[in-house]
Amino acid sequence: MEPEDEIYENGGGEQPPPRSKPIISGEQLDVETYASLYRDRTKVARLLFIADRCDNGAMPLEALRMEALRMAYDEIKKGENTQLFREVVNKIGGMLGDKYEMDAAWCETVDRRAEQKKEKLENELNSYRTNLIKESIRMGYNDFGDFHYAHGALGDAFKSYVRTRDYCTTSKHIISMCMNAILVSIEMGQFTHVTSYVSKAEQSPDALDPITVAKLRCAAGLAHLETKKYKLAARKFLETGPELGSHYNEVIAAQDVATYGGLCALASFDRTELKNKVIDNLNFRNFLELVPEVRELINDFYSSHYASCLEYLGNLKPNLLLDIHLHDHVETLYDQIRHKALIQYTHPFVSVDLRMMANAFKTSVAGLEKELEALITDNQIQARIDSHNKILYARHADQRNATFQRVLQTGSEFDRDVRSMLLRANLIKYDHNLRASRKL
Amino acid sequence: MGSIENLVTQIQGLSGSIDDIAHLHNILKVADESLHAEPSALSSVLDQVDPAKHSLGYLYFLEAFTSGPVSKEQALTLIPILARFINCCDAQQIRFAPDKFVSVCKRFKDHVLLIESPLRGVSPMRAAVRKLQTTSEHLTTLHPDFLLLCLLSKSYNIGLSVLEDDIFDVDQPRDLFLYCYYGGMICIGQKRFRKALELLHNVVTAPMNTINAIAVEAYKKYILVSLIHYGQFSTSLPKYASSAAQRNLKNFCQPYIELATTYSSGKIAEFKIYVDTNREKYDNDKNLGLVKQVVSSMYKHNIQRLTQTYLTLSLQDIANTVQLGSPKEAEMHVLQMIQDGEIFATINQKDGMVRFLEDPEQYKTCQMIEHIDSSIQRIMTLSRKLNAMDELMSYDPLYLSKVLFTQVGRERQRFDFDDFDTVPQKFPI
Repeated sequence: MEPEDEIYENGGGEQPPPRSKPIISGEQLDVETYASLYRDRTKVARLLFIADRCDNGAMPLEALRMEALRMAYDEIKKGENTQLFREVVNKIGGMLGDKYEMDAAWCETVDRRAEQKKEKLENELNSYRTNLIKESIRMGYNDFGDFHYAHGALGDAFKSYVRTRDYCTTSKHIISMCMNAILVSIEMGQFTHVTSYVSKAEQSPDALDPITVAKLRCAAGLAHLETKKYKLAARKFLETGPELGSHYNEVIAAQDVATYGGLCALASFDRTELKNKVIDNLNFRNFLELVPEVRELINDFYSSHYASCLEYLGNLKPNLLLDIHLHDHVETLYDQIRHKALIQYTHPFVSVDLRMMANAFKTSVAGLEKELEALITDNQIQARIDSHNKILYARHADQRNATFQRVLQTGSEFDRDVRSMLLRANLIKYDHNLRASRKL
Repeated sequence: MGSIENLVTQIQGLSGSIDDIAHLHNILKVADESLHAEPSALSSVLDQVDPAKHSLGYLYFLEAFTSGPVSKEQALTLIPILARFINCCDAQQIRFAPDKFVSVCKRFKDHVLLIESPLRGVSPMRAAVRKLQTTSEHLTTLHPDFLLLCLLSKSYNIGLSVLEDDIFDVDQPRDLFLYCYYGGMICIGQKRFRKALELLHNVVTAPMNTINAIAVEAYKKYILVSLIHYGQFSTSLPKYASSAAQRNLKNFCQPYIELATTYSSGKIAEFKIYVDTNREKYDNDKNLGLVKQVVSSMYKHNIQRLTQTYLTLSLQDIANTVQLGSPKEAEMHVLQMIQDGEIFATINQKDGMVRFLEDPEQYKTCQMIEHIDSSIQRIMTLSRKLNAMDELMSYDPLYLSKVLFTQVGRERQRFDFDDFDTVPQKFPI
């Protein structure tokens, strides 16, 4: 089976991401290379997500799922999160053989170690607090935050990180606090926090080093993506510098920046912006090289080769549905891109033959007619359909007639409104006089 | 008996100039009690007094004569007398005693309804309305009664002619509610939905402290007419509607509001099912006819939407999109709409195609220019009226005191200090 061969070809998970083989491609997702892009918690979270998504019993997907669960197991064993460990073991359900069974002994040791560490940290923190040394208290809270994070108590981790804020002295401290808070908030899915901490970090008086800047931009882009502000998300991703490299692998990989940024830009930018910010953007070109399919897709859209563009999109779709951040936006983004393609196609013409258009978009004429009807009703295309001859005619509103119509309508509305207003004023005056006379 | 004779001579003598009539009015007011004491004796006297010249006296006699319950036969004899009086009385004279005139006319209306021929009352009531009005913008208590008679006798045109006048002065708010409600119904009968909406809107948004039944019924019709005319309905009342209305109207009109939401979903089959399930409620409110019109208007609005997106469309497609049964039905609907002037199209029967055309109005004809010109004039008059009212209100002492209260108060304070305290101020005011 093909996916298995590729896995053995590429080996273990610690190697740097292979540049020659695209990861997010039209072919079936290669779990191991995909997971190798990431570190720590996000690796585990992504693997678990893939496993959940593949849970429908079809054979190739089942293999994928097992692979993902196996890798998740290995990764978790390297860490200290027993809660997640138990979850994964449940999910594996003994189907991967003896090596992947519930390791109760390991759980116990880890938990005991955790208890001890926690006590130690607490004692240290208390002693620092009594000594009132700011730097040590800050370090104490930071350590606490790291500890909670490693054990999966995300809420406590967030609280601890936020508490270090009172003891931050230099801007470097503040930045590290913000970065930690951002990391935890992304894990928890609370993207409002992400936005606020990103802006806090960006407001720091010292100049930030380019890697941190790139990281902040990515985080901001993710936050906008989750809140469905695709245009802002696209802008943030496009501004990310190439220095990002693999420095932010605990959250996002460079390939993701390219994919998210490319798709959001395609769905929300108009033609000039697309050209200026995406196609001519030298920085972003580095990212796009990592996902050549997205690059081809954008170029096709710009040069109006809609059929191949939509084909690439279709190929990418199953893998994108497995992505933890993008999956619930895929449908919306795809719809928007398709609508933009339709609008862009009809824009330069006075009349369009629907049969040729259906060929270009690889759909049927009837389906195309329905889509166009929806767009015309939404006022995104100014045209009319000649259903008999299957032609789309552009229709330019007659300004003079429209103005006359509007004038007459406004006049009659004004007439009606003022008359009823005068009537109401009279009624109120009458009522008021009545009350006044009654008082007297 | 003698006093009545006296009165008769006085009436005949003093019905000349305005001052005489005012004097006569005072005398009559005093004598009113005695007149009411012996109503039956007045029938002979009525012949001696001429309704045209001695209107005021005749009015008093008539009013005393007709007070008290009346049977059908009596009503039959009374009606011609009353009608004659209303038709030939002198407007100036009766304006001295408007409430008496109003009660006489109301009794006339009751008699007419008693003998169940409202048509006889329409023309005299119209004359009565015109005579009682001080200006054509004045709404009297008789207006709603007149409209009621028009409705019951189905003589809508006459009602419409009175409705064309704009109203600005109102005697009693209750009259306005009834007037607008009946007026709305007359306009609906004549299919003048825009004017009906205007009138019903006035009822619904009129200032009122507590909700009244007229407003509730008007709101129900308002929802239905709004669906027929515009194809949509927004449940939020404008800001200037009274708070009582905004809070309570919706509670009384639940079936209608749900009807409106079902309508906006656009699915005709569902809509029809909903109408059928609630048929009784609409029937009880006597709105079933209107509801049926709403159903047919749904097809119309759907077809009108099609004109925006298509240039030509086959009848089969129209039938499918609008959820009609067959192309034949679609053709009938489209034909009806073309005849009513609601859409511009041509039907090609050979291909079974409908071609939608643009509105041929080019706004270049003389009539159009005249129409625009008269609209401009009308709005200028209205605007002048608005300015006049604004000026009037800005002279009003109550308004001035409320607006300038704080300023005036402070001014006065400063005044006092300056007047009585020569020591320079240490504390800023």
